[in-house]
Amino acid sequence: MLFKLTDDQQMVQKLARDFAEKRLTPTVAQRDHKEEFSRELANEMGELGLTGICFPEEYGGSGGDVMSYILAVEELSKGDDGIGITLSATVSLCAWPIYAYGTEEQKQKYLVPLAEGEKLGAFGLTEPNAGTDAAGQQTVAILDGEDYILNGSKIFITNGGEAEIYVVFAMTDKSKGMKGISAFIVEKDMPGFSFGKKEHKMGIHTSLTNELVFQDVRLPKENLLGKVGEGFKIAMSTLDGGRIGVAAQALGIAQAALDHAIKYSKERVQFGQPISKNQAIAFMMADMATKIDAARFLIYRAAYLKDQGLPYSKEAAMAKLYASDIAMEVTTDAVQIFGGYGYSREYPVERLMRNAKITQIYEGTNQVQRMVISGAILR
Amino acid sequence: MEIVVCIKQVPDTTEVKIDPVTNTLIRQGVPSIVNPFDKNALEAALQLKAKYGGQVTVLSMGPMQTKEALKECLAMGADEAILLSDRAFGGSDTLATSNTLAAGIRKIGKVDLIICGKQAIDGDTAQVGPEMAEHLDITQVTYVAKIESIEGNIIRVEREHEEGYEVIDAQLPALLTVVKSINEPRTPTVKGVMKANRKEIKVWTVEDIVVKASNIGLTGSPTQVRRIFTPEQRVQGELIQADTAREAAAILASRLVEAKII
Repeated sequence: MLFKLTDDQQMVQKLARDFAEKRLTPTVAQRDHKEEFSRELANEMGELGLTGICFPEEYGGSGGDVMSYILAVEELSKGDDGIGITLSATVSLCAWPIYAYGTEEQKQKYLVPLAEGEKLGAFGLTEPNAGTDAAGQQTVAILDGEDYILNGSKIFITNGGEAEIYVVFAMTDKSKGMKGISAFIVEKDMPGFSFGKKEHKMGIHTSLTNELVFQDVRLPKENLLGKVGEGFKIAMSTLDGGRIGVAAQALGIAQAALDHAIKYSKERVQFGQPISKNQAIAFMMADMATKIDAARFLIYRAAYLKDQGLPYSKEAAMAKLYASDIAMEVTTDAVQIFGGYGYSREYPVERLMRNAKITQIYEGTNQVQRMVISGAILR
Repeated sequence: MEIVVCIKQVPDTTEVKIDPVTNTLIRQGVPSIVNPFDKNALEAALQLKAKYGGQVTVLSMGPMQTKEALKECLAMGADEAILLSDRAFGGSDTLATSNTLAAGIRKIGKVDLIICGKQAIDGDTAQVGPEMAEHLDITQVTYVAKIESIEGNIIRVEREHEEGYEVIDAQLPALLTVVKSINEPRTPTVKGVMKANRKEIKVWTVEDIVVKASNIGLTGSPTQVRRIFTPEQRVQGELIQADTAREAAAILASRLVEAKII
């Protein structure tokens, strides 16, 4: 791995940065305030090809690498990490498992519209009583002739209600525990599939989080993703990749907070000089910058390993754990540098601080990341 | 339909810095972009290609870093990009530049339409496009705000004026310079960007084109830049002060009558 991005990576990075600066940043505060998910912006992101970066051309993608995709999530997240996670949920959590485990027919039918940005994707694993303990699934899928009948509910689902395509996990054989879980592809307009209440969250207001409800949803057998009983494996490998996306989201948040802090500290004059001249403030920002770079290289390494086809589960966990923890620290420090204004909704850093928190929680809490890392090093 | 779009890489700043000794632009440390009006020109070309078929080639003269700007044009959808780059072209004014670009176009061969931005945002001269048309001895229409149609070898365009617009039929081959209002340039997509990276940008040196040495570079540049400055802002309109809107309106109406406007 070289510390230099390829031409492709640099150009995707620039494209995503331009989109974030022109389309996301100008309205993010307003959309955050109104708790508004913008399908229009999500569609624009799709039209630019951001959902197809790391998939082959025959599936509607542009044949780029995971690194380019991760750079795009980072850049989008600098402007609006709610849109950053909309992208990550579509690509890492929905399109990727279909690409990795789907049949050719499933790829043509579901991966192509996701990669081409025509449809949004979502991932349904978490339930009220099955969070970190994902094996405790209560959603069931029972075979009935040529169909599976799906019953149950999922909570905290990113893109829920807007996504057209869902990768959903359900028990097909309760007696087998985690080996009794299977994965399915569910379409938004299937009879019996509805959406519960929209979550009102502390942060990431510009992304949509919803409950999924399945009442006797009839799923053709062709919508089984992977093999019967492979669901847990599919979920875990999908989350390995998703974690790099969440880490990139956290990185974008942290970088945005530092950028705001640098600018503000040079403009804010107290005791006759900009506050950036105070070593107490300048050193805070030196630490923030150092943490951000350390997180960045952990993330890029995980993406690089994934691109090389090498194991990356531990490295993705490290990237997600560290990036989200430092995002929380850096955004808290940024609020401190802004002082009273930092606590005000008139300035962007309080939003970044609220948004950073979720990155320590979703797609595996940071305690789970430590389980993954310690499990790998103590094997 | 063979279309050539001429583009210039310009510094991304409204405050152009000038070297006080050489009176030339200081390019260092300033991010470079494709001249915005040239993007309008490329967008117009891409729209014509979509409607009438053909090929869009982007052409530029400049140092090797101009490749970055050409790459952006390829990412937007241009089929081919050619850079005229040689030390011999250094120090060109608009006349030498237009001579060099015209030689490049002659080398390309059969060209039906050349589209340029109305002017570059750094030099603001608006001379290179029209000069090229003169060198090539083809029709030119400047300040085009709309391309209506192409029928046979006649192109119908709307030419923008301060007081309205003219509808002009021009015979191809022709050169157009376009204004900002003609279109909204497209944003490159990821696919476009990656495709652009796989494309080769041809570099032509002075050896590759047919041009008199006395017509290019510093020797072919009669212009001398004595001084560049930001002109003083024009006098602003008068603001009518009055206690109420009614009074202000009355004053305004009387002024307009005095000026024989109403």
